[in-house]
Amino acid sequence: MAAVTGTDAVRRGSAPGRVGNIVFKGISTGAGITIVVLLGLVAAFLLYRSVPALTASVEELADVGFMRGKSLLAYVAPLAFGTVLSSAIALLIAVPLSIGIALFISHYAPRRLAQGLGYLIDLLAAIPSVVFGLWGIAFLMPLVGPFFQWLTDTMGWFPLFSGYVGPAKNITTASIVLAVMIIPIITATTREVFLQTPRLHEEASLALGATRWEMIRQAVLPFGRSGIISAAMLGLGRALGETMAVLMVLAPGFAINFFILQPGQHQSVAANIANQFPEASGLGADVLIATGLFLFLLTFVVNLAARWVINRRAEFSGAN
Amino acid sequence: MTALSAPPKPIRTTRRLPTYAPWAILVGSLLVGALLSLLTGELTLTGAILFGALVYVVAITITSVVVEGKRWAKDRVATTLVTFAFLVAMIPLVSLVVLVLTNGLERFSWAFLNDDMVGVYGSDPGGGVYHAIIGTVLITGLASLVAIPLGIMTAVYLVEYAKPGPLRRAITILVDVMTGIPSIVAGLFAATLFVVVAGPQYKAGVIGATALALLMTPVVVRSCEEMLRLVPNELREASYALGVPKWLTVVKVVLRTAVAGITTGVMISIARVIGETAPLLITVGIVANVNWNVFDGRMTTLPVFVYRQYAQGGASVDRAWAGALTLILIVMLLNLVARLVSRFFSPKGAR
Repeated sequence: MAAVTGTDAVRRGSAPGRVGNIVFKGISTGAGITIVVLLGLVAAFLLYRSVPALTASVEELADVGFMRGKSLLAYVAPLAFGTVLSSAIALLIAVPLSIGIALFISHYAPRRLAQGLGYLIDLLAAIPSVVFGLWGIAFLMPLVGPFFQWLTDTMGWFPLFSGYVGPAKNITTASIVLAVMIIPIITATTREVFLQTPRLHEEASLALGATRWEMIRQAVLPFGRSGIISAAMLGLGRALGETMAVLMVLAPGFAINFFILQPGQHQSVAANIANQFPEASGLGADVLIATGLFLFLLTFVVNLAARWVINRRAEFSGAN
Repeated sequence: MTALSAPPKPIRTTRRLPTYAPWAILVGSLLVGALLSLLTGELTLTGAILFGALVYVVAITITSVVVEGKRWAKDRVATTLVTFAFLVAMIPLVSLVVLVLTNGLERFSWAFLNDDMVGVYGSDPGGGVYHAIIGTVLITGLASLVAIPLGIMTAVYLVEYAKPGPLRRAITILVDVMTGIPSIVAGLFAATLFVVVAGPQYKAGVIGATALALLMTPVVVRSCEEMLRLVPNELREASYALGVPKWLTVVKVVLRTAVAGITTGVMISIARVIGETAPLLITVGIVANVNWNVFDGRMTTLPVFVYRQYAQGGASVDRAWAGALTLILIVMLLNLVARLVSRFFSPKGAR
């Protein structure tokens, strides 16, 4: 009896590490909240500095040199148009290519090679944007120049292709560079989705005598449709905000038109900020920050929508 | 009865092309492509490959329709296009590496890495990236100092502490959205923040570091979260069963198990921000000399150096290419080390 009564052996009092638990939980929760606060701060500071530009009269804005007496809306509209146009062309090029690459890695390449090929595509994502800019000027422009010339010569009657003048510092070249930069992002996401296609769907299709392409159209693509959409939107978010490629390749202009082969017609919001902000001051800086706020909201909405599509898919996917 | 025992005839009578046929057609197409290239102008490799690819698509389709029928022809065309898509994506990668190597090696040397730009103008032969490397390392280091602990702790919160609810959902979504913030917007935020805090005349590397930290944190959170989720629950439960408090379990068991994956994720996120140009271009600017103080005065970073040297034109372009080569070498080294770490230090049995 006496041996077992030792209540001393059972420790009373507070559990071990209670203080540490509270402190550690506090720190990690704090870190999580910091992220939310940080994003709120970004929006708040941009809004705070944009207000002077948003409320300024046209006369006040006329003092800002680079606006050339235009109102804020008239100044932002061509920039917004250039941003959306360049991203749209980039998506047109990148999405079909990325789907092809993702299919190649997930369903065509030999199993042992597939992962290595995936790394190769990921390497593209690791290359700094300024190097892509150099590449665009030194490699891409001479390469596409003759092709653009040919387009203008043979199909110049169609406004879209009219009036090419070398060197190829036009929005199409910038969009091709953008496309190369967003291909790794779109490919990575679509590849994951394609690999998740239920094995049984694929085998059922093949067992019914389908060719590989028919199997992909019947099983893989329907399953991955929402994945493709969200991947494209992630790529769009990246293309909208990309600065250096457009800044280095495109000869800027402030027009709203679809002459995609003419230099000096378009400009994007991001490249315009990088171009003007180092020299801007006072109201001029405020105007640029206002355009930055617009870009922030635009990419925020696009990314949010992309995530929403992905998450909705996660809820309904599985063995369906 | 005899009719039943007769073996059924095969239902499918499709003839298929032998496996060597596509390769033979490919070689033939390339030859025709070279010929076409010669006819339209001069014989170039680009022309031969471009025409050859077109000829191949047409040739394989026709052959397949004739021999195998329409369905299999479609399959062949799809295979061809999918493979071409991959090869097309390799063009930028290969050409970029070749271009940077050939142009960069002209100026790339030990002296280039150890020289700054004080007193070097336009077409002067000297000059180097020493000051830019120092600037890049200091600014990225400062950004990492903030972003890595913040990112890891947020990941710990999401995996270990967060209960399903609005806060967790908000953080998860906002981290995802944050990965998509344009880098130039991060730069604008840092610039406005320091105008408010320190006045409009203040110029220092810390402004750029703030922007980079903002861009880096979500990447760290994402990769760490994935790694922490891979740690098996049995390890946590075993630790609790031994009476180890939760915070020590997280530090000594969960983080310890995931340390290889976390290191990899962190290094890849560093490689991601070390090449950021736009936010540094509008915040930190450029100088010719070495600046060791992150909190006072302008600094030069490698990407901005590359951009400015290229924009100057003339002989500076060579310096830009050598700078680009330096930058790519650093990025690739970080990526390589990250992959090696994840390969050799991940817990045994995890992969």
